[in-house]
Amino acid sequence: MIPTEHGLMLAAVLFVIGLAGVIVRRNLLFVLMSIEIMLNAAGLAFIVAGARWAQPDGQVMFLFILVTAAAEVAVGLALLLLLHRRFKTLDTAAASTMRG
Amino acid sequence: MFELLWTIPALPLTSFVVLACFGSRLSKAASALLGVGSVGISAAVTLLIGFEFLGAPPASGAYSQTLWNWIAVGNLQPAVTLYLDALSLLMTFVITFVGFLIHLYASEYMAGDADFARFFASMNLFVASMLMLVLADNLLLLYLGWEGVGLCSYLLIGFWYTDPANARAAVKAFLVTRIGDTAMAIGLFLLFAKLGTLQIQPLMAEAASQWPEGSGWAIAAAALLLGGAVGKSAQLPLQTWLPDAMAGPTPVSALIHAATMVTAGVYLIARTHVLFGLAPQVEVAVAAIGALTLLLAGLSALVQSDIKRVLAYSTISQIGYMFLALGVGAWQAAMFHFMTHAFFKALLFLAAGAVIVSLHHEQNIFKMGGLRKLLPVTFWTFLIGAASLAGIPFITAGFYSKDWILAQAWTSHTGGPWFWFAGLFGAFLTAAYSFRLIFIVFFGEAKTHVHHHPGRRMTWPLVVLAALAIVSGFVEMPETLGHVAAFSHFLGSALPPSHHPEAGVEAMLIGIAIAAALLGLAVAYFLYLRNPEKVDAISKAPLAASVHRLWLSGWGFDRLYHMMFVAPVLWVAEINKNDIIDQIYRFTAWLHRLVHQFLRTTQSGQLRWYAAGIGVGTVIVAGVVIFG
Amino acid sequence: METAFYITSLIAVISTLLAISRANAVHALLYLIVSFLSISLIFFILGAPFIAALEVIIYAGAIMVLFVFVVMLLNIGRAATEQEKQWLDPKAWRGPGLIGAALLVELISVVSKNPQPAMTGAEITPKAVAISLFGPYLLGVELAAMLLLAGMVGAYHLGRRDPRDGKSETSR
Repeated sequence: MIPTEHGLMLAAVLFVIGLAGVIVRRNLLFVLMSIEIMLNAAGLAFIVAGARWAQPDGQVMFLFILVTAAAEVAVGLALLLLLHRRFKTLDTAAASTMRG
Repeated sequence: MFELLWTIPALPLTSFVVLACFGSRLSKAASALLGVGSVGISAAVTLLIGFEFLGAPPASGAYSQTLWNWIAVGNLQPAVTLYLDALSLLMTFVITFVGFLIHLYASEYMAGDADFARFFASMNLFVASMLMLVLADNLLLLYLGWEGVGLCSYLLIGFWYTDPANARAAVKAFLVTRIGDTAMAIGLFLLFAKLGTLQIQPLMAEAASQWPEGSGWAIAAAALLLGGAVGKSAQLPLQTWLPDAMAGPTPVSALIHAATMVTAGVYLIARTHVLFGLAPQVEVAVAAIGALTLLLAGLSALVQSDIKRVLAYSTISQIGYMFLALGVGAWQAAMFHFMTHAFFKALLFLAAGAVIVSLHHEQNIFKMGGLRKLLPVTFWTFLIGAASLAGIPFITAGFYSKDWILAQAWTSHTGGPWFWFAGLFGAFLTAAYSFRLIFIVFFGEAKTHVHHHPGRRMTWPLVVLAALAIVSGFVEMPETLGHVAAFSHFLGSALPPSHHPEAGVEAMLIGIAIAAALLGLAVAYFLYLRNPEKVDAISKAPLAASVHRLWLSGWGFDRLYHMMFVAPVLWVAEINKNDIIDQIYRFTAWLHRLVHQFLRTTQSGQLRWYAAGIGVGTVIVAGVVIFG
Repeated sequence: METAFYITSLIAVISTLLAISRANAVHALLYLIVSFLSISLIFFILGAPFIAALEVIIYAGAIMVLFVFVVMLLNIGRAATEQEKQWLDPKAWRGPGLIGAALLVELISVVSKNPQPAMTGAEITPKAVAISLFGPYLLGVELAAMLLLAGMVGAYHLGRRDPRDGKSETSR
């Protein structure tokens, strides 16, 4: 019997690590990876909640998050290729011409 | 026939609308036909109605025609109702008839002007507004006409708006009369608040039944209405706009600033005479204002060099007479003088206009001279007008009307010797400046040559008005001289009669008035025709020179008002150049710019900063939700 | 079971930390796969075998393979790794670390403030998931399908090269 709190804490830790990665990394590839981590952490929280209630809804939510992650990665990686093609770098700072 | 009453103001109004909308596409002949014709038909309708009124007057002495309900708010329900009694019939007759003659005159006078249609549109609007003013059944409708004529006065004074001086004169006239109009509006509010109606006849009855003589409310209401009348009729202390109003075309001066609009104040007081009867103090004030104005303006007229300014000051002075008559309770005498004045002053202005246009827009009388032979029709009509103005005995209309006023000033219980003496001295001055004008302009040696002679459309109105300036006096003659009382009989249904002095006193008063007028004529003859060098000698003396300057500037009222009102405002404006209130808004703008500068640094285009921003926002919101 | 859960959790946290802090992209991806695999194990422990399988197949499999493809496509060499090392200055970790710590404190406090009954670990079968997926959540499934289609079209459009000038359409 695992306490629900511990599962949720694991999800929180993973989420925070992903957030830190998004902010720290300048390489778009790593940013996308960090976003994957955050999405996965959110899905973990759903699974934990579903296990706590012994209901399938948590898993259904995970499936939706999975779909979102897949679509996001497809578009994100396409954008990454585009960035590389135009700026010859993956540095997000390079794509800052739209600043206010 | 009375049913046609509505057409009298409607015709000029229609013509105005047509001319204002399509005037630029109409030929000059068509514009003139519309502009003159509409007023002409109005005059004809007025004559028809007038004959019927004289033949078979309405039972109550008045006919009223309700056209439609104008406004309905609570118990304020003014209707567009025309009210025709002897007083408004007289006014309507003068407005349409003199207006028609002046329009006819103007169709030739203004023929060379590019804005011909605009001129006639404004003139027609003026006639319509003025008719609305005099025919109004309630004070609100009267006020509509009152403001309408003010607007037209502004438009027509500034008719040649390309000259900034004309535009300034128009603005001045508008602003100065606005002071009086504001007082009048407050007066209307007061009357409505206290008596609950603005319909003139019920209002007067209500005032008479609710307020005792000399009650505070009656005095306040009468004083406020007097304020409006003083502004519109160019009496002290609001007289300063009228001399400058001569910047407009001469027919405008004749119609608006001599014959009709400036007498609206006289009409207003006569119309609300019951109210003024309840406030004897205000009546005395009216008489005092009139007496003072007629003297000051008469003295100013004596030294002016611009022919139209002489006539303008003369107009102020003559309206002063009417105010004097109103103040001493001689309502009928005031209206009689109004009528004769409308004829002879319109005549004088039109004749002056003929002189001006003949001399190629020369207005300085000292550059004229000897025009007697060159412009005979103008000379004779001008002479008749001046004689009527001066009150040359027995033949002129002005003599009878002025004489009536003087007799009343002596005998009325609110009058007295002082008012009579002021009027008498005014009569002397009037004769002096009238004939000064005649002698300088038409006698002596010719200094200019005549460019062109006025045509028939200009001379005919002169001749008709000259005839009226003589015969209109014969409808009312004092007991000592012929004893005709047609006019007072006619007005008797609308205005209370005045007490006639005893025959002996009357004869004596008439004799003194004749002497004063003839003395004025004689002084003018000796000073300006016989010994003009004496005038120069007198005006060279230092004291006389400063008096001359004072009179020439109209007693320095313009400078006084400038010092009292304009200068302080300019001073405050100078201090408040950088609007103090603006600082508040400027501070807001500065604050916004500051915040903007700060916020735009956050829009760096750096993805990581945005992510960090979202992160910090999440932390804060979550913190508030969790720990808050 | 509990021991397995905590050990796997530790592995997941450590491998995730390593994944976001590596300079070499391929190394980071490999750590990330480890992280996903351990989370898959946690799902299994929590009684969600179907999701555990999907985690392995889709996350650790398909998505990560996409990443690897991209890395290979871009041909990121040693120079890029050096550049990454430069960017990963220890000072750069301060701000994000602070934000992350603050958020973590908040999340943990809110989790621990509301005690919940422990998880049973009872298995929720794929059948139960499928029943609710195609029952009450049918509309969500349709929407998910639409989202995937949109993602596919978007990726195709963005990655397309303009045949005329050899440049991407959006770069003009």
